[in-house]
Amino acid sequence: MTNATQLLRLDGISLSFKGVKAITDISFSVKKGEICALIGPNGAGKSSLLNVINGVYQADEGQIVYKGNARKNMHPQWAARRGVARTFQNIALFKGMSVLDNVLTGTNLKVKSSWIEQVFNVGRAPADAPQQRQKAEQVIAFLKLQPWRNSIVGNLPYGLQKRVELARALAAEPELLLLDEPMAGMNAEEKAEMSRFIVETRQEFGTTIVLIEHDIGVVMSLSDHVVVLDYGKKIGDGTPDEVRVNPEVLAAYLGTKH
Amino acid sequence: MLYKESGQFVTTYRFDKRFFRLKQERLAFALLLAFAFLVVPSIGNDYWFSAILIPFLVLSLAGLGLNLLTGYAGQLSLGSAAFMAVGAFATYNFNLRIEGLPLIISLILGGLTAGGVGLVFGLPSLRIKGFYLIVSTLAAQFFVQWVFTNFTWFSNNSSSGVITAPPLHVFGSDFNSPVGRYLLTLTVVVALGLLAKTIVSGELGRKWMAVRDMDTAAAVIGISVPKTKLLAFAISSFYLGIAGALWAFTYLGTVEPHGFDLTRSFQILFIIIIGGMGSILGNFLGAAFIVLFPILLSNLSSGLFAGAIDPGQLENFQKMIFGALIIFFLIKEPNGLAKVWQTVKQRLRVWPLRF
Repeated sequence: MTNATQLLRLDGISLSFKGVKAITDISFSVKKGEICALIGPNGAGKSSLLNVINGVYQADEGQIVYKGNARKNMHPQWAARRGVARTFQNIALFKGMSVLDNVLTGTNLKVKSSWIEQVFNVGRAPADAPQQRQKAEQVIAFLKLQPWRNSIVGNLPYGLQKRVELARALAAEPELLLLDEPMAGMNAEEKAEMSRFIVETRQEFGTTIVLIEHDIGVVMSLSDHVVVLDYGKKIGDGTPDEVRVNPEVLAAYLGTKH
Repeated sequence: MLYKESGQFVTTYRFDKRFFRLKQERLAFALLLAFAFLVVPSIGNDYWFSAILIPFLVLSLAGLGLNLLTGYAGQLSLGSAAFMAVGAFATYNFNLRIEGLPLIISLILGGLTAGGVGLVFGLPSLRIKGFYLIVSTLAAQFFVQWVFTNFTWFSNNSSSGVITAPPLHVFGSDFNSPVGRYLLTLTVVVALGLLAKTIVSGELGRKWMAVRDMDTAAAVIGISVPKTKLLAFAISSFYLGIAGALWAFTYLGTVEPHGFDLTRSFQILFIIIIGGMGSILGNFLGAAFIVLFPILLSNLSSGLFAGAIDPGQLENFQKMIFGALIIFFLIKEPNGLAKVWQTVKQRLRVWPLRF
C-alpha cells in the first residue's frame, strides 16, 4: 500500500534485546490524519515498537518510511525535527520545572535565535520569546491547564501530569503524535476527558496519532485503525470492527478452547 | 502583609518574565544594590572589605558557576577550583604578555579560556553520568594544578608558580585600595549574577533543566543533549574562571597553584549544597554562610569560651561543626537556604494567617 495519504509505514521491523526477540517482522502503515491504536497483552512489544518509531530504540531489521523518507533507523532528534512528538508510559516530564516551562521546552525547535542572542535579547530573540509563549499558552488553554501554569510539575497529581506531557508534545505542533498509554492509571472520568482531548487534537490540528491503550472500550470508540500485537508479532490489523471478530485476536485476549 | 500582591497584575508576557514580580521585591533589590554600592564603601573598614566582603562576593560567583553546571544542568563536578585556576593564570598571562590590554578585557579573555578548558573536560559527560563524571572532573582538578606547578611559563618563571596581581586600573581609575577592590568585585559579580539569572530563566536554562530532569525526554522533543551539556560546562567554567581571577587579584593579591586545590573545589560544592541547588540567590546565601561561619566560631571561642578552647584545636572544631552542619542540611533541607528563604517569603505572604 503506497499512496499519498500514507504518513508512516513500517516494513519488516524486528528488534531484540541481547538475543531476546521483542518484535518480529512487523509491518503496518498509518494514514495521514488517522488515529491508530496498538493493542496487545503485556509484553507484546507495543512500547518497544513506539520506541523504534521515534528512534529511542534502533531496529535490527526492517525500515521505517516516514513522509516518504525510508530510514533503517530513526534518531530521536531527527524524528523530532520532522514533526514526531510523543509521550511516555511512565511520564517523562521535567519534574523540577513549572507546567509553563515544560510546555515551553516543547516549542524549542521553533526557536530560531541562538542562546547568545537570547541572553542579550538582540537579533532574532525579541521575536522568538513571545511567539514561543503564545504557542505554549494556546496549548495550555486547549488542554485546560491554566490553573496550574506556574505549578511545579513534580507536585501535580498523576492525571494532570499525563495532561502536561500531552501539552508538551502538542507544543511542538507535531504531525505524528505517539502516545504511550495516555490513560493508564486514570479513573473513568479522567479517561473520558483524555479521550476528548485526543479526538479534539486530531480535529483541531489534523494530527496523526498512534497510541497504545489497554482499555478496549476506549480503543474501539477512539480509533480508526487497530493493530494487534502478541509476543512481538502482528496478529491483527484493520478497523475496530474487523479486529473485534478476528479469531486470532480473540484467542490472544480471551484464550482458545482446546 | 509585607508581601501584599493585590493590585499587581501582569499584563504582558515580558512583565511575567521579570526577575522580581512584586513591587516590594524590586524595591528591596534596588535598595540592596544602592546600599552595597553607595553606603558600604563609606562605612566599611579595611578588615570588612578584605576579609569578609570580597571573599564572600568571589565565592558567591564561584558557587554561581558551579550551580549553573550542577544545579541547573545536573552535571556533577569536582573540578571547580581547576577552572578557577585556569581563569586566574590566563588573566594574568593575557595581562602580562599583551601590552596595554585593559584589565577588564584580560579578565574576559581569562574567563573565555577557562570556558574552553571546561568544554574539553566536559566532553566525558557525553558518555558518563553521576559519580563517574565526578571522577573525570577530578582529573581536571589534578591535571590543571600539576600543569601550573610544573610549567613555570604560566607564572612568568616565578620559582613556585606564584602569580602576583597586576595593578588594578579600570577605565583610568585606581582600584587598588581595599574599597576599590571591593567595588570592582561587586560590579563584576552583580553584572554576572544578573546575566546568569537571564540565562537560567530563558530558553537555555530550560534546556539545561530538561537535560537535568530527564535527558531521554529532552532528546525526544528535539533538544541536542550533547550541545546543551557542553554549553553548561563552558559557561559554568567561564564563571568559575572569572571568579578565580578575582580570587587571585582582588582578594589575595598573590596566589600559587596550590591555592586552587581540591579543598577549594569542595568548598564551592558546599556553598551550593548549603545555599541551594538550582537557585541564584542560594549561592550568595551559601557563600555568606561559609565565609561568616568560621569567623563567628572563632569569635565565639575567644569571647564566650575564652580560654576553654585551645586555639590550636579551634580549626579542628570548625571542621567538625562544619561537617555536622553539611549532614544536617542534606537531611533536613536538601534544597538549601534558598528554600528556607522561599518558605519564609510564603509565610510573610499570608501573615498573620497560617495558610
